[in-house]
Amino acid sequence: MVKSGTIILNTAARFLMPLQLMFSVFLLLRGHDEPGGGFIAGLVAAGAFTLYLFAFGVSATKEVLRMVDPRDLIGAGLFFGMISVVPAWFMGQPFLTAQWWTIPVIDFKASTPLIFDIGVYLAVLGSVMGMVMALMEVDKDEP
Amino acid sequence: MQFAVLMGFVLAASSPLLNRWFGERTSLLLALFPALLAGWLFSQAPLVLSDGPQLLEWSWVPSLGISLSFLLDGLSLLFGLLITVIGTCVLVYAGGYLKGHQDIARFHLALVAFMASMLGLVLADGLLTLFIFWELTSITSYLLIGFNHTDIEARKSARQGLFVTVAGGLALMAGLVLLGIASGSWSLSEILQSDDDLRQHALYAPMLICLLLGAFTKSAQFPFHFWLPNAMAAPTPVSAYLHSATMVKAGIYLLARLQPELGGTAMWVTILSVVGATTMLTGAFLAIHHTNIKKLLAYSTIMALGTLTMLLGIGSEYAMTAFVTFLLAHSMYKGALFMVAGILDHETGTKDVTAMGGLRSVMPVTAVIAFVAALSLAGVPPLFGFIGKELMLEAALGAERVQLLLVLFAFLAAILTIAVAAIIALRPFYGARHETPQIPHEAPLSMLIGPGLLAFGSLALGLAPAVLGADALLTSAATAVAGETLPVSLSLWYGVNVALIMSVVSLIFGFLLFKRWDSVRAQLARLAPVMRHGPEAGYEGLMNGVVRFSEWQTRLLQNGYMRNYILVMLVVLIALIGNSILLRHSPQLALSLDVRFHEVIVVGTMAMGALFATISRSRLGAVVSVGIMGFSIALIFILFSAPDLGITQLLVETMTVILLVLVLFRLPRFSNLSTNLERIRDGAVAATMGVLIFLLIITAWSIDQFESISTYMVENSAPLAYGRNIVNVILVDYRALDTLGEMFVLALAAIGVIAMLKLRHGETEGKATDSDKASVKEPYDG
Repeated sequence: MVKSGTIILNTAARFLMPLQLMFSVFLLLRGHDEPGGGFIAGLVAAGAFTLYLFAFGVSATKEVLRMVDPRDLIGAGLFFGMISVVPAWFMGQPFLTAQWWTIPVIDFKASTPLIFDIGVYLAVLGSVMGMVMALMEVDKDEP
Repeated sequence: MQFAVLMGFVLAASSPLLNRWFGERTSLLLALFPALLAGWLFSQAPLVLSDGPQLLEWSWVPSLGISLSFLLDGLSLLFGLLITVIGTCVLVYAGGYLKGHQDIARFHLALVAFMASMLGLVLADGLLTLFIFWELTSITSYLLIGFNHTDIEARKSARQGLFVTVAGGLALMAGLVLLGIASGSWSLSEILQSDDDLRQHALYAPMLICLLLGAFTKSAQFPFHFWLPNAMAAPTPVSAYLHSATMVKAGIYLLARLQPELGGTAMWVTILSVVGATTMLTGAFLAIHHTNIKKLLAYSTIMALGTLTMLLGIGSEYAMTAFVTFLLAHSMYKGALFMVAGILDHETGTKDVTAMGGLRSVMPVTAVIAFVAALSLAGVPPLFGFIGKELMLEAALGAERVQLLLVLFAFLAAILTIAVAAIIALRPFYGARHETPQIPHEAPLSMLIGPGLLAFGSLALGLAPAVLGADALLTSAATAVAGETLPVSLSLWYGVNVALIMSVVSLIFGFLLFKRWDSVRAQLARLAPVMRHGPEAGYEGLMNGVVRFSEWQTRLLQNGYMRNYILVMLVVLIALIGNSILLRHSPQLALSLDVRFHEVIVVGTMAMGALFATISRSRLGAVVSVGIMGFSIALIFILFSAPDLGITQLLVETMTVILLVLVLFRLPRFSNLSTNLERIRDGAVAATMGVLIFLLIITAWSIDQFESISTYMVENSAPLAYGRNIVNVILVDYRALDTLGEMFVLALAAIGVIAMLKLRHGETEGKATDSDKASVKEPYDG
């Protein structure tokens, strides 16, 4: 089983994980204009959880994920990807045509590409975490 | 309309939820969907009848000319009404039949999804749309036949139905593509309206053969008929709906749809008449072998499908009128009879007609419904089935080719059908009472409404076809099939003619056959050894052959060793790429040595990493050196100012190293398994691959086949896509469809990895790993 048990890694992981997760959301949101985007952000988030996983093991990571199975994240990602396709239909445009709305108060550009990117983010995060956790769980049972 | 069909799929997906909320009332609730659609179709009927075909367009991907357009003309209106009206009856009926079944939600899901697919199929205007709905009906039919999935026979029958119809579906796809190429259009309405004569086209024969294969497998024509009786493993509402009234008529629909454009040639007439007539007689003949009421009905359905094909083959005006009339009549009485069969099975606990008897006194309503529907099947006046049969015989008499054969087969089939009708209507209800596994009661109201409606519909339409609008509907349908205006005016009495005399004679013979059925069946049982060599044996042989072949090729190519897989893949790639590069292009080595010093350093690092990875004797060392290569690539991306790619590469590389480290724990100790000869071979393959990739890049770089679109993307990403990061704009906007596909690939890959790991996990937890070792055979090297 991979569990370091060193104080430095444990402490670092505890503080780094939230920071990495926030950074991943930052990357996701700014992705349309600056380097970033759903794929990169998903990998960063997966990296955050993997670091935690290495430091504290599978069961502790599962607690952090709070009942959210990575496999459900894959499904949620595909769902977001698919629903971002739909709004164009109601506007009478070919499907997948990007739609943009401006949310007035915070001056934020909401759009179907953003929903789509969130889908990519979740699908990447779920896939990587699913594989890593499955591998770790197999290791746990080895003598 | 498109919205309605798509809503059908949404409704199907939400049926588990609806079942949780509404319990036993869900069937009635879902029945509202086809009922409303039927109402809508009825409301559209006057428009179609007066103004001709309606095209309901909905643009999908206009830049590729793909649209989800529906064509509503007489033919699709007739089919649409059959699907929705019978669908309503079947859903109401299923609520009673499967009352309290634990998997009823799964049943609703598949049945409503089928309904939506079937509607899409008969309404589709695009050839590819039609094909997709066609395959969807095959898949939902598979789920429905295998509904009782704990029963091995049901699973086997479901698989058989799927293989036969999907194999035909492949041929159909080829046929539709040929049709699209030959006509230059992918829209049915355009093809039907165009002036080009496809019958003269060079591709006519291959196109027709492919289309016919698709239609014949779907509609259970001889020699593909065997899957239909086996499909009776499905619950009876499914048999009533899919395997008599709707899905098996999809092939017939396709033939009728294409008849104005492709029909009338010697090839069309001969194949359709002969295959149709053969199917008709085979179905009728095989029916009387069986005492299982559902099999009796299934074979009689094959007989009806053969009749419809034959009528399309004959192609005269009479035949077209007969076609639409027989189609409507058959769907109504056969749907009713199947539901009666379900009632009998449900109430008595047996499907064997010889085990039933005297049920008339306990189930009077069922008996009346069965009697009326069977009269229509037998073609006795004044039922609608009589008009259908009369017209059919008349059409056979007027056939231009192989007339004698058709008339003879039609006459024999009519006799046998009358016997079948008598067996179903009289045998269970008259005579002495038999002990049955369950004590029979009259069926609940929900199970009587559907068949009752259909049976008495047959009676009403027979008595007053003109009043009830059947004439108008069938005129419009026949016009669509014939391709020219064809007025239909039905009546019970056409005067004393040959057809009527044949009808009367067949009634007498049919009834005599019914009287002597038990002894005839005993005689027929002697034929059993011959029957075993039917088309189904051919199917079994073919399937076993396919399994043996795939076992052989799996042992050869996929023996469980990673090195073997890689070798096979690389050799195939070398053959494909090498062939293409050397034959089509002559790579030119126009190298300019204008490189910077730091670029040389990065590339040199990569080369060193690669070299070390191959000669390293430690796994961790190899992983690290592969990692060095990856990070150097990221460096190159950054040097050429592509920060997004650089970051992505870095992250992917990090995750790869983490995954590899996790996997390394599970691998056996490092050891040397290959002989020197094998190492030389592997080295040669690897080197060839490297050289080829180099040549490929050089070639791709020196050939400018298309104008680069990157300038377009750079210029438009901010004004059109509101994004300054072009890489991201490409991913989520310009090429979002590709990304969507990749998301699904990623998800599938992840699920595959998780499943394999968990599966191994489960094995080590449970049984010993002996089975694990045994499953990996070791053909060569230890």
